[in-house]
Amino acid sequence: MMRSRGLAKFLSVIVLAVIVAYVAFFGINAGNYSIKPVQDSIRLGLDLRGGVYVLEQAEGKVTQDAMTRAISIIRNRVDSLGVSQPLIVQQGSNRIRIEIPGVNDPDQVISYLGQTAQLKFVGPDGKVILTGADVKDSKAVYQTSQAGVQEPVVTLDLNSKGAKAFADATGKFVGQQIAIVLDDKTISAPVVKEQITGGQAVINGMKDFNEAKNLANLIRGGALPVTLKQVEYSSVGATLGPSALKASEEAGMYGLLIVLLFMIAFYRLPGLIADIALGIYILINFIVYALLHVTLDLPGIAGMLLSIGMAVDANIIIFERMKEEMRAGKSIRASLDAGFRKAFVAVFDSNITTLIAAFVLFFMGAGTVKGFALTLIIGVISSMFTAITVSRFLLKSVVETEFTKNIRVYGA
Amino acid sequence: MRWNNIKWNIDVIGKTKVWFTISGIIILAGLIALFTMGLNWGLDFTGGTVAQFDMHRTVTTTINNEITNILRSNGVKESQVKAIGPNNTHVSITTPSLDDKTRTAIINELKSKYKLSDNDLVSSQNVSASIGKEMQFGTLLACVVASLLMLIYIGFRFNFEMGAAAVLALIHDILILISAYALLRIVVDTPFVAAILTVFGYSINDTIVIFDRIRDNIKLMRKASYKEIANVSVNETMTRSINTVMTVLLMLILMYFLGPASIKSFALPLLVGIASGAYSSIFIATPLWVIFKDREGKNRVGNRVGNKPQKA
Repeated sequence: MMRSRGLAKFLSVIVLAVIVAYVAFFGINAGNYSIKPVQDSIRLGLDLRGGVYVLEQAEGKVTQDAMTRAISIIRNRVDSLGVSQPLIVQQGSNRIRIEIPGVNDPDQVISYLGQTAQLKFVGPDGKVILTGADVKDSKAVYQTSQAGVQEPVVTLDLNSKGAKAFADATGKFVGQQIAIVLDDKTISAPVVKEQITGGQAVINGMKDFNEAKNLANLIRGGALPVTLKQVEYSSVGATLGPSALKASEEAGMYGLLIVLLFMIAFYRLPGLIADIALGIYILINFIVYALLHVTLDLPGIAGMLLSIGMAVDANIIIFERMKEEMRAGKSIRASLDAGFRKAFVAVFDSNITTLIAAFVLFFMGAGTVKGFALTLIIGVISSMFTAITVSRFLLKSVVETEFTKNIRVYGA
Repeated sequence: MRWNNIKWNIDVIGKTKVWFTISGIIILAGLIALFTMGLNWGLDFTGGTVAQFDMHRTVTTTINNEITNILRSNGVKESQVKAIGPNNTHVSITTPSLDDKTRTAIINELKSKYKLSDNDLVSSQNVSASIGKEMQFGTLLACVVASLLMLIYIGFRFNFEMGAAAVLALIHDILILISAYALLRIVVDTPFVAAILTVFGYSINDTIVIFDRIRDNIKLMRKASYKEIANVSVNETMTRSINTVMTVLLMLILMYFLGPASIKSFALPLLVGIASGAYSSIFIATPLWVIFKDREGKNRVGNRVGNKPQKA
């Protein structure tokens, strides 16, 4: 009776783990319920898929209101690039962190995002006629130039105040130039041929349609209320990321294989149980990453792999204790109980100190190592569960089947 | 006795001088390197700009000089141009932190001169000097906070002699790690800091296991000297000490040899620090405990020690 119950318990854990693993990695779609595969919920870091990361700092004293507005303007600008899953968040009191995946030319993006977009129309007398704030709408369109070719231009639709100022100025300066200035740089200086009263203006002199589109976006989005300066940036090309991912997957696979073999070589049956627990441990890790929407970058992978190496530590401490008890002449079942009971404090201790370090790193470390700290924390906590609870349950059920009394099977 | 069931019998305490000398030499050499050459600080701390290009040709000295000249003509006097990658077809350009305009100008000039596309800019990074300063301060602060927390934990977990021995062993590990970096001129970046803190947390583990066993054995071996108790405890827990660290080291070795550059930068300091942590628990912390206990009184006096009941 005991024997078959042990087998049933053992098999039920395995079957449950396999079902959970299937659902986790393939997802399910049943009626109203659907679970996304975990790999779809885990965001890959920029270092793994290529892209650009920029940290912009606002110059001078800034209010939180100005920062919030700046962020929403930057978000509009990023959205206009049409990239998927960008990340724009405030960091500290005066910094904005921008992550844009899959960008080919980081420098163009950085200069585009950082533009203050202060648009001014300046008359020949040096006086400002109107600013970007007087623009209701702006679009990039093709227009036929005087030479008869299609050229990209930016159209401006002015509000009533702007339209009036523009009409006054164009009336006054017929035959003279009006400079269109963006961020203190004159981008176009057309000569006024006649008074314009309709509240419509056009900026020409664009290099290509893309430039016209970007400028229209900048004007429509409005000027940044703060001056931003890039203080940190990094960009990873589209080819480097995937090859780095492949290399770390390989390192992880071989590392895992060696740890699995090591455990079986040294601890035999308990080693095999620890390996099953390690498999469940990895499964739990991925589910937690998905639930917490963890961004997995290379430091994060480093933390995850390190924690796989550490996860079996608890089992080693327990199994060594078990061996000692068996050699002292205790029965297998008694040794198992004593091993788990006596080793618990050591296992708990060893995890607590690692957790302290990882938490300090997570809260105080640089952005680049937060990923490492986070996966290490998740790993250490879930390994405490699998190494103690799961492997204990599995090992107990196997002992209950009483298929052997040979302590050598238990590595002793 | 089979290979996976070795009964250890090493006179660890008797050879205390040997262990201390080995560590002493490494640390001394490291400190000399540290004070004469300093550490090889990386971009994260010093600030600067680095860009890597796939040049699609072997980067010769001529090309190297051409690039240096392009940098000079853009007003960048200090620079380091290095051929990297398989067959030296990639180039890595390191300069002080550049502003967006200068950087764009240089990159565009390189692109047109060597007919490179956007995709050939494999990676680029810029850290301004002010961020570098902040990083230095933040790192120092994190290390101080972690050390304090670890001290509190050790104080709560051990009695005085064991605590002092454990702390000294921790300092030993950090010194070995810094020595390795100073001697081998490895670049010190933020992953190094992550490694130091992880070593802080992890290397205390083996010490805890051994000291717990010492506490148990003090009660069981009433007539034995501290030296004997320490030797028996270390040998009883030897397989455990070796195996726990071995699984981690095996993983780290594969990460170092197979992983991409940024995984390597985590794996290497962890490899050194965790190996040193395992070594120091057995060969530094335990002998130190015996020294402290022997200094307290020549012979054992009853059961004054081992007042905490935890076992492992």
